[in-house]
Amino acid sequence: MTRIRGAIGRVVLLVGSLALWEAAVRALHVPSFILPSPSQIGLALYQGAVSGIYLQHSWITLVETLLGFVLGSAVAFLLGTALASSRRVEYFLYPFIVMFQNMPKVALAPLIIIWFGLGLGSKVVSAALIAFFPLLVNTIAGLRSADEDRVDLMRSLGATPMQIFWMLRLPSALPFLMAGLEVAMVFSLVGAIVAEFVGSEAGLGMLIQSRNFSMDVAGEFAVLFLLAILGLALNAVVVLVRRRVLFWDPSQKQASSGPSVMKGSTP
Amino acid sequence: MADPPDALIAVKGLRKEYPAERGTILALEDIDLDVAEGELVAIVGPSGCGKSTLLKIVAGLLPATSGEVRLRSLPVTGPRRDIGVVFQSPVLFPWRTVLDNVLLPVDVQRLGRAKHRGRALDLLKLVGLSGFEDRYPWELSGGMQQRVAITRSLMHDPALLLMDEPFGALDAMTRESLNLELQRIWLERRETILFVTHSIPEAVFLADRVFVMTARPGRVLDRIEVRIPRPRTLEVMATPEFGRIARAIRAHFNLRAEVDA
Repeated sequence: MTRIRGAIGRVVLLVGSLALWEAAVRALHVPSFILPSPSQIGLALYQGAVSGIYLQHSWITLVETLLGFVLGSAVAFLLGTALASSRRVEYFLYPFIVMFQNMPKVALAPLIIIWFGLGLGSKVVSAALIAFFPLLVNTIAGLRSADEDRVDLMRSLGATPMQIFWMLRLPSALPFLMAGLEVAMVFSLVGAIVAEFVGSEAGLGMLIQSRNFSMDVAGEFAVLFLLAILGLALNAVVVLVRRRVLFWDPSQKQASSGPSVMKGSTP
Repeated sequence: MADPPDALIAVKGLRKEYPAERGTILALEDIDLDVAEGELVAIVGPSGCGKSTLLKIVAGLLPATSGEVRLRSLPVTGPRRDIGVVFQSPVLFPWRTVLDNVLLPVDVQRLGRAKHRGRALDLLKLVGLSGFEDRYPWELSGGMQQRVAITRSLMHDPALLLMDEPFGALDAMTRESLNLELQRIWLERRETILFVTHSIPEAVFLADRVFVMTARPGRVLDRIEVRIPRPRTLEVMATPEFGRIARAIRAHFNLRAEVDA
Protein backbone atom coordinates (compact mmCIF):
# COMPACT_ATOMS: atom_id res chain seq x y z
CA MET A 1 0.00 0.00 0.00
CA THR A 2 2.68 2.50 1.07
CA ARG A 3 4.80 1.28 -1.83
CA ILE A 4 2.13 2.14 -4.35
CA ARG A 5 1.44 5.46 -2.68
CA GLY A 6 5.19 6.21 -2.77
CA ALA A 7 5.36 5.39 -6.49
CA ILE A 8 2.40 7.63 -7.25
CA GLY A 9 4.03 10.42 -5.23
CA ARG A 10 7.18 10.12 -7.31
CA VAL A 11 5.34 10.36 -10.62
CA VAL A 12 3.28 13.31 -9.40
CA LEU A 13 6.40 15.15 -8.26
CA LEU A 14 8.15 14.50 -11.61
CA VAL A 15 5.20 15.56 -13.77
CA GLY A 16 4.54 18.52 -11.46
CA SER A 17 8.09 19.87 -11.73
CA LEU A 18 8.04 19.52 -15.53
CA ALA A 19 4.71 21.38 -15.68
CA LEU A 20 6.03 24.10 -13.38
CA TRP A 21 9.12 24.44 -15.57
CA GLU A 22 7.00 24.66 -18.73
CA ALA A 23 4.69 27.23 -17.16
CA ALA A 24 7.53 29.36 -15.79
CA VAL A 25 9.38 29.46 -19.12
CA ARG A 26 6.20 30.48 -20.98
CA ALA A 27 4.98 33.00 -18.41
CA LEU A 28 8.34 34.71 -18.00
CA HIS A 29 9.16 34.62 -21.74
CA VAL A 30 12.56 33.05 -21.11
CA PRO A 31 14.40 32.88 -24.44
CA SER A 32 14.98 29.28 -25.51
CA PHE A 33 18.76 29.82 -25.87
CA ILE A 34 18.85 30.47 -22.08
CA LEU A 35 16.43 27.85 -20.84
CA PRO A 36 14.26 25.85 -23.24
CA SER A 37 10.92 24.47 -22.04
CA PRO A 38 10.41 20.72 -21.58
CA SER A 39 8.20 20.64 -24.68
CA GLN A 40 10.97 22.17 -26.79
CA ILE A 41 13.44 19.62 -25.41
CA GLY A 42 10.95 16.85 -26.14
CA LEU A 43 10.64 18.08 -29.70
CA ALA A 44 14.42 18.16 -30.11
CA LEU A 45 14.61 14.61 -28.77
CA TYR A 46 11.97 13.45 -31.21
CA GLN A 47 13.52 15.14 -34.25
CA GLY A 48 16.99 13.80 -33.46
CA ALA A 49 15.66 10.32 -32.87
CA VAL A 50 13.76 10.28 -36.16
CA SER A 51 16.72 11.56 -38.17
CA GLY A 52 18.92 8.79 -36.69
CA ILE A 53 21.51 11.29 -35.56
CA TYR A 54 21.27 10.28 -31.87
CA LEU A 55 21.67 6.60 -32.59
CA GLN A 56 24.78 7.26 -34.67
CA HIS A 57 26.49 9.48 -32.08
CA SER A 58 25.34 7.42 -29.06
CA TRP A 59 26.83 4.34 -30.68
CA ILE A 60 30.18 6.07 -31.11
CA THR A 61 30.26 7.32 -27.51
CA LEU A 62 29.20 3.88 -26.26
CA VAL A 63 32.00 2.13 -28.15
CA GLU A 64 34.57 4.66 -26.88
CA THR A 65 33.34 4.23 -23.33
CA LEU A 66 33.29 0.43 -23.38
CA LEU A 67 36.70 0.08 -25.02
CA GLY A 68 38.16 2.57 -22.56
CA PHE A 69 36.50 0.76 -19.67
CA VAL A 70 37.90 -2.62 -20.74
CA LEU A 71 41.39 -1.24 -21.39
CA GLY A 72 41.58 0.81 -18.19
CA SER A 73 40.14 -1.98 -16.03
CA ALA A 74 42.44 -4.64 -17.47
CA VAL A 75 45.59 -2.56 -16.95
CA ALA A 76 44.41 -1.50 -13.47
CA PHE A 77 43.71 -5.09 -12.46
CA LEU A 78 47.06 -6.39 -13.67
CA LEU A 79 49.04 -3.55 -12.12
CA GLY A 80 46.98 -3.71 -8.91
CA THR A 81 47.69 -7.43 -8.64
CA ALA A 82 51.42 -6.81 -9.09
CA LEU A 83 51.34 -4.04 -6.46
CA ALA A 84 49.36 -6.15 -3.98
CA SER A 85 51.61 -9.17 -4.45
CA SER A 86 55.01 -7.55 -4.24
CA ARG A 87 56.20 -5.03 -1.68
CA ARG A 88 59.09 -4.21 -3.98
CA VAL A 89 56.86 -3.30 -6.91
CA GLU A 90 54.73 -1.25 -4.54
CA TYR A 91 57.77 0.57 -3.15
CA PHE A 92 58.99 1.65 -6.58
CA LEU A 93 55.62 2.50 -8.13
CA TYR A 94 54.05 4.20 -5.15
CA PRO A 95 55.37 7.72 -5.87
CA PHE A 96 53.94 7.62 -9.42
CA ILE A 97 50.58 6.48 -8.18
CA VAL A 98 50.32 9.17 -5.52
CA MET A 99 51.29 11.79 -8.14
CA PHE A 100 48.64 10.74 -10.64
CA GLN A 101 45.91 9.73 -8.25
CA ASN A 102 45.28 13.22 -6.96
CA MET A 103 45.71 14.95 -10.28
CA PRO A 104 42.47 15.64 -12.19
CA LYS A 105 42.92 13.21 -15.08
CA VAL A 106 40.51 15.16 -17.29
CA ALA A 107 43.20 17.86 -17.45
CA LEU A 108 45.22 15.47 -19.60
CA ALA A 109 42.55 15.37 -22.33
CA PRO A 110 44.07 18.11 -24.55
CA LEU A 111 47.43 16.36 -24.43
CA ILE A 112 45.82 13.03 -25.28
CA ILE A 113 44.17 14.60 -28.34
CA ILE A 114 47.59 15.83 -29.53
CA TRP A 115 49.12 12.40 -29.04
CA PHE A 116 46.30 10.18 -30.28
CA GLY A 117 44.44 12.36 -32.77
CA LEU A 118 40.79 13.29 -33.24
CA GLY A 119 39.48 9.76 -33.79
CA LEU A 120 38.49 6.83 -31.62
CA GLY A 121 41.98 6.25 -30.15
CA SER A 122 42.18 9.42 -28.07
CA LYS A 123 38.68 8.88 -26.59
CA VAL A 124 39.50 5.31 -25.59
CA VAL A 125 42.78 6.40 -23.97
CA SER A 126 41.07 9.22 -22.10
CA ALA A 127 38.27 6.93 -20.87
CA ALA A 128 40.78 4.24 -19.88
CA LEU A 129 42.95 6.69 -17.96
CA ILE A 130 40.06 7.94 -15.85
CA ALA A 131 38.60 4.46 -15.31
CA PHE A 132 42.02 3.17 -14.26
CA PHE A 133 42.46 4.56 -10.74
CA PRO A 134 39.24 3.52 -9.02
CA LEU A 135 39.87 -0.08 -10.00
CA LEU A 136 43.60 0.06 -9.21
CA VAL A 137 42.97 1.22 -5.64
CA ASN A 138 40.18 -1.30 -5.12
CA THR A 139 42.19 -4.18 -6.58
CA ILE A 140 45.03 -3.54 -4.12
CA ALA A 141 42.68 -3.20 -1.15
CA GLY A 142 40.64 -6.22 -2.23
CA LEU A 143 43.55 -8.58 -2.73
CA ARG A 144 44.85 -7.62 0.72
CA SER A 145 41.48 -8.13 2.37
CA ALA A 146 41.65 -11.93 2.59
CA ASP A 147 41.04 -13.18 6.12
CA GLU A 148 44.30 -14.28 7.81
CA ASP A 149 42.75 -17.47 9.22
CA ARG A 150 41.68 -18.44 5.71
CA VAL A 151 45.23 -17.85 4.47
CA ASP A 152 46.53 -20.00 7.35
CA LEU A 153 44.02 -22.70 6.44
CA MET A 154 45.21 -22.70 2.83
CA ARG A 155 48.84 -22.82 3.97
CA SER A 156 48.12 -25.68 6.36
CA LEU A 157 46.68 -27.64 3.43
CA GLY A 158 49.95 -27.09 1.59
CA ALA A 159 48.58 -24.61 -0.96
CA THR A 160 51.02 -22.85 -3.28
CA PRO A 161 50.99 -19.03 -3.47
CA MET A 162 49.26 -19.36 -6.86
CA GLN A 163 46.53 -21.54 -5.36
CA ILE A 164 46.08 -19.09 -2.49
CA PHE A 165 45.68 -16.33 -5.07
CA TRP A 166 43.16 -18.08 -7.32
CA MET A 167 41.17 -19.95 -4.69
CA LEU A 168 41.18 -17.38 -1.89
CA ARG A 169 42.59 -13.91 -2.55
CA LEU A 170 40.83 -13.28 -5.85
CA PRO A 171 37.35 -14.38 -4.71
CA SER A 172 37.82 -12.42 -1.47
CA ALA A 173 38.67 -9.35 -3.56
CA LEU A 174 35.54 -9.58 -5.72
CA PRO A 175 33.34 -7.25 -3.63
CA PHE A 176 36.06 -4.58 -3.92
CA LEU A 177 36.64 -5.29 -7.62
CA MET A 178 32.95 -4.98 -8.43
CA ALA A 179 32.67 -1.71 -6.49
CA GLY A 180 35.70 -0.44 -8.41
CA LEU A 181 34.25 -1.53 -11.75
CA GLU A 182 31.02 0.27 -10.99
CA VAL A 183 32.86 3.55 -10.51
CA ALA A 184 35.17 2.83 -13.44
CA MET A 185 32.20 2.41 -15.76
CA VAL A 186 30.78 5.85 -14.95
CA PHE A 187 34.24 7.38 -15.05
CA SER A 188 34.97 6.02 -18.52
CA LEU A 189 31.88 7.78 -19.83
CA VAL A 190 33.22 11.00 -18.30
CA GLY A 191 36.60 10.38 -19.95
CA ALA A 192 35.06 9.77 -23.37
CA ILE A 193 32.85 12.90 -23.21
CA VAL A 194 35.68 15.17 -22.04
CA ALA A 195 37.92 13.98 -24.87
CA GLU A 196 35.07 14.58 -27.32
CA PHE A 197 34.74 18.13 -25.99
CA VAL A 198 38.38 18.84 -26.59
CA GLY A 199 38.47 17.56 -30.13
CA SER A 200 36.46 15.05 -32.12
CA GLU A 201 34.41 14.48 -35.24
CA ALA A 202 31.56 12.48 -33.68
CA GLY A 203 29.93 11.39 -30.43
CA LEU A 204 27.46 12.85 -27.95
CA GLY A 205 30.10 15.14 -26.43
CA MET A 206 30.85 16.60 -29.86
CA LEU A 207 27.09 17.02 -30.43
CA ILE A 208 26.73 19.01 -27.19
CA GLN A 209 29.68 21.17 -28.18
CA SER A 210 28.38 21.93 -31.68
CA ARG A 211 24.83 22.64 -30.49
CA ASN A 212 26.26 24.97 -27.87
CA PHE A 213 28.05 26.92 -30.57
CA SER A 214 24.84 27.21 -32.63
CA MET A 215 22.81 28.23 -29.54
CA ASP A 216 20.58 25.14 -29.92
CA VAL A 217 20.13 24.81 -26.16
CA ALA A 218 17.02 22.63 -26.43
CA GLY A 219 19.04 20.21 -28.55
CA GLU A 220 21.82 20.35 -25.97
CA PHE A 221 19.38 19.40 -23.21
CA ALA A 222 18.17 16.51 -25.34
CA VAL A 223 21.72 15.14 -25.58
CA LEU A 224 22.20 15.57 -21.83
CA PHE A 225 19.09 13.48 -21.35
CA LEU A 226 20.54 10.79 -23.65
CA LEU A 227 23.79 10.83 -21.67
CA ALA A 228 21.89 10.29 -18.43
CA ILE A 229 20.11 7.31 -20.00
CA LEU A 230 23.40 5.93 -21.31
CA GLY A 231 25.08 6.28 -17.91
CA LEU A 232 22.12 4.63 -16.23
CA ALA A 233 22.20 1.70 -18.65
CA LEU A 234 25.95 1.18 -18.27
CA ASN A 235 25.64 1.25 -14.49
CA ALA A 236 22.72 -1.19 -14.59
CA VAL A 237 24.84 -3.69 -16.52
CA VAL A 238 27.60 -3.59 -13.88
CA VAL A 239 25.10 -3.87 -11.03
CA LEU A 240 23.50 -6.88 -12.73
CA VAL A 241 26.87 -8.61 -13.11
CA ARG A 242 27.75 -7.73 -9.51
CA ARG A 243 24.59 -9.32 -8.15
CA ARG A 244 25.31 -12.53 -10.03
CA VAL A 245 28.98 -12.71 -9.08
CA LEU A 246 28.55 -11.71 -5.44
CA PHE A 247 25.53 -13.82 -4.54
CA TRP A 248 27.48 -14.96 -1.48
CA ASP A 249 28.43 -11.54 -0.13
CA PRO A 250 26.22 -10.40 2.77
CA SER A 251 26.92 -6.71 2.12
CA GLN A 252 25.13 -7.05 -1.25
CA LYS A 253 21.81 -7.65 0.47
CA GLN A 254 21.81 -4.08 1.74
CA ALA A 255 21.06 -1.18 -0.55
CA SER A 256 24.64 0.09 -0.47
CA SER A 257 27.13 -1.27 -2.94
CA GLY A 258 29.55 -3.18 -0.72
CA PRO A 259 33.00 -2.09 0.29
CA SER A 260 34.58 0.66 -1.69
CA VAL A 261 37.94 2.25 -1.23
CA MET A 262 37.71 5.40 -3.23
CA LYS A 263 40.18 7.68 -1.50
CA GLY A 264 41.27 10.50 -3.73
CA SER A 265 40.02 9.23 -7.06
CA THR A 266 39.54 12.30 -9.19
CA PRO A 267 38.05 11.87 -12.65
CA MET B 1 65.61 -37.56 26.48
CA ALA B 2 64.19 -39.61 23.63
CA ASP B 3 60.60 -39.28 22.45
CA PRO B 4 58.19 -41.60 24.22
CA PRO B 5 58.12 -44.71 22.02
CA ASP B 6 54.62 -44.21 20.66
CA ALA B 7 54.65 -40.39 20.35
CA LEU B 8 53.15 -39.21 17.07
CA ILE B 9 54.00 -35.64 17.82
CA ALA B 10 56.65 -34.46 20.27
CA VAL B 11 57.38 -30.87 21.27
CA LYS B 12 60.64 -30.22 23.10
CA GLY B 13 62.02 -27.14 24.81
CA LEU B 14 59.87 -24.89 22.64
CA ARG B 15 60.30 -21.14 23.02
CA LYS B 16 58.62 -18.32 21.15
CA GLU B 17 59.53 -14.65 21.36
CA TYR B 18 57.83 -11.81 19.52
CA PRO B 19 59.63 -8.58 18.71
CA ALA B 20 58.09 -5.67 20.62
CA GLU B 21 58.70 -1.94 20.82
CA ARG B 22 61.29 -2.43 23.52
CA GLY B 23 63.03 -5.80 23.43
CA THR B 24 60.89 -8.88 22.98
CA ILE B 25 57.77 -10.45 24.40
CA LEU B 26 58.15 -14.02 25.59
CA ALA B 27 55.02 -15.88 24.49
CA LEU B 28 56.02 -19.48 25.16
CA GLU B 29 58.78 -20.86 27.34
CA ASP B 30 60.11 -24.35 27.74
CA ILE B 31 57.13 -26.22 26.36
CA ASP B 32 57.38 -30.01 26.43
CA LEU B 33 54.46 -31.94 25.08
CA ASP B 34 53.74 -35.23 23.37
CA VAL B 35 50.70 -36.84 21.84
CA ALA B 36 50.52 -40.57 21.17
CA GLU B 37 49.01 -42.09 18.05
CA GLY B 38 45.22 -42.13 18.38
CA GLU B 39 45.24 -40.01 21.54
CA LEU B 40 42.99 -37.01 22.23
CA VAL B 41 44.96 -34.44 24.21
CA ALA B 42 43.58 -31.12 25.43
CA ILE B 43 45.55 -28.01 26.29
CA VAL B 44 43.69 -25.80 28.72
CA GLY B 45 44.73 -22.34 29.83
CA PRO B 46 43.54 -18.78 30.29
CA SER B 47 43.18 -16.39 27.37
CA GLY B 48 46.53 -15.06 26.22
CA CYS B 49 48.59 -18.01 27.47
CA GLY B 50 49.89 -18.68 23.98
CA LYS B 51 47.80 -21.79 23.28
CA SER B 52 46.98 -20.64 19.77
CA THR B 53 50.59 -19.67 19.14
CA LEU B 54 51.65 -23.13 20.25
CA LEU B 55 49.16 -24.74 17.91
CA LYS B 56 50.33 -22.62 14.98
CA ILE B 57 53.93 -23.63 15.65
CA VAL B 58 52.95 -27.31 15.81
CA ALA B 59 51.06 -26.83 12.51
CA GLY B 60 54.21 -25.36 10.96
CA LEU B 61 52.45 -22.05 10.30
CA LEU B 62 54.74 -20.08 12.64
CA PRO B 63 58.45 -20.63 13.26
CA ALA B 64 59.61 -21.30 16.83
CA THR B 65 62.37 -19.16 18.34
CA SER B 66 64.05 -22.29 19.68
CA GLY B 67 63.20 -25.86 20.50
CA GLU B 68 61.58 -28.28 18.12
CA VAL B 69 58.46 -30.05 16.99
CA ARG B 70 58.74 -33.56 15.62
CA LEU B 71 56.06 -35.52 13.80
CA ARG B 72 56.89 -39.23 13.64
CA SER B 73 60.46 -38.27 14.66
CA LEU B 74 60.87 -35.86 11.72
CA PRO B 75 61.15 -32.13 12.47
CA VAL B 76 58.21 -29.94 11.41
CA THR B 77 59.70 -26.99 9.53
CA GLY B 78 56.72 -25.66 7.59
CA PRO B 79 53.07 -26.34 6.81
CA ARG B 80 52.46 -30.03 6.21
CA ARG B 81 49.68 -31.74 4.37
CA ASP B 82 49.37 -34.47 6.99
CA ILE B 83 48.43 -31.98 9.73
CA GLY B 84 44.84 -30.72 9.71
CA VAL B 85 43.77 -27.52 11.46
CA VAL B 86 40.37 -26.44 12.77
CA PHE B 87 40.16 -22.78 13.80
CA GLN B 88 37.92 -21.01 16.30
CA SER B 89 35.84 -19.55 13.47
CA PRO B 90 34.79 -22.04 10.80
CA VAL B 91 36.78 -20.18 8.06
CA LEU B 92 34.58 -21.56 5.33
CA PHE B 93 34.64 -19.99 1.88
CA PRO B 94 31.23 -18.32 1.37
CA TRP B 95 31.39 -18.69 -2.42
CA ARG B 96 31.66 -22.48 -2.12
CA THR B 97 28.80 -24.82 -1.26
CA VAL B 98 29.11 -27.08 1.80
CA LEU B 99 30.31 -29.95 -0.39
CA ASP B 100 32.83 -27.72 -2.22
CA ASN B 101 34.12 -26.45 1.12
CA VAL B 102 34.63 -30.00 2.31
CA LEU B 103 36.42 -30.78 -0.97
CA LEU B 104 38.81 -27.82 -0.58
CA PRO B 105 41.71 -30.01 0.62
CA VAL B 106 41.08 -32.31 -2.37
CA ASP B 107 41.22 -29.33 -4.75
CA VAL B 108 44.35 -27.88 -3.15
CA GLN B 109 46.19 -31.20 -3.04
CA ARG B 110 44.86 -32.25 -6.46
CA LEU B 111 43.61 -35.59 -5.17
CA GLY B 112 40.81 -35.86 -7.74
CA ARG B 113 37.28 -34.65 -7.00
CA ALA B 114 35.52 -37.59 -8.60
CA LYS B 115 37.34 -40.08 -6.40
CA HIS B 116 36.62 -38.17 -3.17
CA ARG B 117 33.05 -37.01 -3.67
CA GLY B 118 31.63 -40.18 -2.16
CA ARG B 119 33.94 -39.93 0.83
CA ALA B 120 32.95 -36.29 1.37
CA LEU B 121 29.28 -37.24 1.38
CA ASP B 122 30.00 -40.08 3.85
CA LEU B 123 31.82 -37.70 6.18
CA LEU B 124 28.99 -35.16 5.97
CA LYS B 125 26.64 -37.97 6.96
CA LEU B 126 28.92 -38.82 9.89
CA VAL B 127 28.57 -35.27 11.26
CA GLY B 128 24.82 -35.22 10.57
CA LEU B 129 24.83 -32.86 7.60
CA SER B 130 23.33 -35.13 4.95
CA GLY B 131 21.14 -33.13 2.61
CA PHE B 132 23.02 -29.88 3.23
CA GLU B 133 25.80 -30.47 0.68
CA ASP B 134 24.45 -27.98 -1.86
CA ARG B 135 23.74 -25.23 0.67
CA TYR B 136 26.04 -22.29 1.20
CA PRO B 137 27.80 -21.75 4.57
CA TRP B 138 25.83 -18.56 5.29
CA GLU B 139 22.62 -20.57 5.15
CA LEU B 140 23.77 -22.69 8.12
CA SER B 141 23.88 -22.04 11.87
CA GLY B 142 27.22 -21.47 13.64
CA GLY B 143 27.26 -25.02 15.00
CA MET B 144 26.58 -26.51 11.56
CA GLN B 145 29.30 -24.35 10.01
CA GLN B 146 31.81 -25.64 12.54
CA ARG B 147 30.77 -29.21 11.72
CA VAL B 148 31.49 -28.48 8.06
CA ALA B 149 34.92 -27.19 9.12
CA ILE B 150 35.59 -30.41 11.06
CA THR B 151 34.47 -32.50 8.08
CA ARG B 152 36.84 -30.54 5.85
CA SER B 153 39.73 -31.21 8.25
CA LEU B 154 39.03 -34.96 8.09
CA MET B 155 38.85 -35.00 4.30
CA HIS B 156 42.52 -35.52 3.50
CA ASP B 157 43.03 -37.95 6.41
CA PRO B 158 45.66 -35.97 8.31
CA ALA B 159 47.85 -37.87 10.75
CA LEU B 160 47.27 -35.15 13.33
CA LEU B 161 44.30 -32.88 13.87
CA LEU B 162 44.88 -29.55 15.61
CA MET B 163 41.80 -27.84 16.98
CA ASP B 164 42.07 -24.26 18.20
CA GLU B 165 39.04 -23.60 20.46
CA PRO B 166 36.76 -24.90 17.70
CA PHE B 167 33.61 -24.52 19.83
CA GLY B 168 34.64 -21.34 21.64
CA ALA B 169 32.33 -19.06 19.67
CA LEU B 170 29.22 -21.24 20.10
CA ASP B 171 26.49 -21.12 22.74
CA ALA B 172 26.70 -23.56 25.65
CA MET B 173 24.04 -26.00 24.39
CA THR B 174 25.49 -26.26 20.87
CA ARG B 175 28.90 -26.60 22.40
CA GLU B 176 27.91 -29.59 24.54
CA SER B 177 26.25 -31.37 21.65
CA LEU B 178 29.32 -30.80 19.47
CA ASN B 179 31.55 -32.15 22.26
CA LEU B 180 29.49 -35.34 22.19
CA GLU B 181 29.68 -35.39 18.42
CA LEU B 182 33.45 -34.91 18.36
CA GLN B 183 33.84 -37.80 20.81
CA ARG B 184 31.65 -39.97 18.63
CA ILE B 185 33.64 -39.14 15.49
CA TRP B 186 36.86 -39.71 17.35
CA LEU B 187 35.73 -43.09 18.74
CA GLU B 188 34.79 -44.14 15.22
CA ARG B 189 37.93 -42.91 13.44
CA ARG B 190 40.59 -42.67 16.17
CA GLU B 191 42.21 -39.55 14.80
CA THR B 192 45.07 -38.14 16.83
CA ILE B 193 43.79 -34.81 18.14
CA LEU B 194 45.42 -31.92 19.94
CA PHE B 195 42.60 -29.74 21.21
CA VAL B 196 43.06 -26.25 22.66
CA THR B 197 40.38 -24.74 24.89
CA HIS B 198 39.89 -22.35 27.78
CA SER B 199 36.98 -24.39 29.14
CA ILE B 200 37.99 -26.79 31.90
CA PRO B 201 34.84 -28.99 31.61
CA GLU B 202 35.32 -29.27 27.84
CA ALA B 203 38.95 -30.33 28.30
CA VAL B 204 38.14 -32.96 30.95
CA PHE B 205 35.14 -34.27 29.04
CA LEU B 206 37.00 -34.77 25.77
CA ALA B 207 40.59 -35.60 26.60
CA ASP B 208 42.65 -38.63 27.52
CA ARG B 209 45.19 -36.22 28.97
CA VAL B 210 44.99 -32.53 29.80
CA PHE B 211 47.97 -30.17 29.66
CA VAL B 212 47.50 -27.15 31.90
CA MET B 213 49.12 -23.93 30.72
CA THR B 214 49.75 -20.62 32.47
CA ALA B 215 50.01 -17.21 30.89
CA ARG B 216 52.81 -14.72 30.25
CA PRO B 217 54.95 -16.52 29.42
CA GLY B 218 53.02 -19.64 28.41
CA ARG B 219 54.35 -22.65 30.30
CA VAL B 220 53.07 -26.18 30.83
CA LEU B 221 52.22 -26.30 34.53
CA ASP B 222 50.73 -29.75 34.87
CA ARG B 223 49.65 -32.78 32.90
CA ILE B 224 46.66 -34.74 34.14
CA GLU B 225 45.34 -38.08 32.95
CA VAL B 226 41.60 -38.45 32.62
CA ARG B 227 40.69 -42.08 33.27
CA ILE B 228 36.97 -41.80 32.72
CA PRO B 229 35.72 -44.65 30.51
CA ARG B 230 34.28 -43.92 27.06
CA PRO B 231 31.93 -43.27 25.50
CA ARG B 232 31.37 -40.48 28.01
CA THR B 233 27.92 -38.98 28.33
CA LEU B 234 27.16 -35.48 29.54
CA GLU B 235 26.21 -37.07 32.88
CA VAL B 236 29.86 -37.83 33.66
CA MET B 237 30.23 -34.14 34.33
CA ALA B 238 28.26 -34.73 37.54
CA THR B 239 30.47 -37.60 38.78
CA PRO B 240 32.96 -37.19 41.67
CA GLU B 241 35.86 -38.28 39.45
CA PHE B 242 35.08 -35.53 36.89
CA GLY B 243 34.72 -32.97 39.69
CA ARG B 244 38.01 -34.01 41.25
CA ILE B 245 39.94 -33.57 37.99
CA ALA B 246 38.22 -30.28 37.16
CA ARG B 247 39.04 -28.97 40.64
CA ALA B 248 42.66 -30.03 40.30
CA ILE B 249 42.94 -28.04 37.07
CA ARG B 250 41.03 -25.05 38.40
CA ALA B 251 43.31 -24.92 41.45
CA HIS B 252 46.20 -23.99 39.18
CA PHE B 253 44.36 -20.90 37.95
CA ASN B 254 42.80 -19.90 41.28
CA LEU B 255 46.28 -19.76 42.78
CA ARG B 256 47.20 -17.23 40.16
CA ALA B 257 43.88 -15.43 40.14
CA GLU B 258 43.38 -16.20 36.47
CA VAL B 259 40.02 -17.89 36.64
CA ASP B 260 38.52 -18.71 33.30
CA ALA B 261 35.56 -21.00 32.69
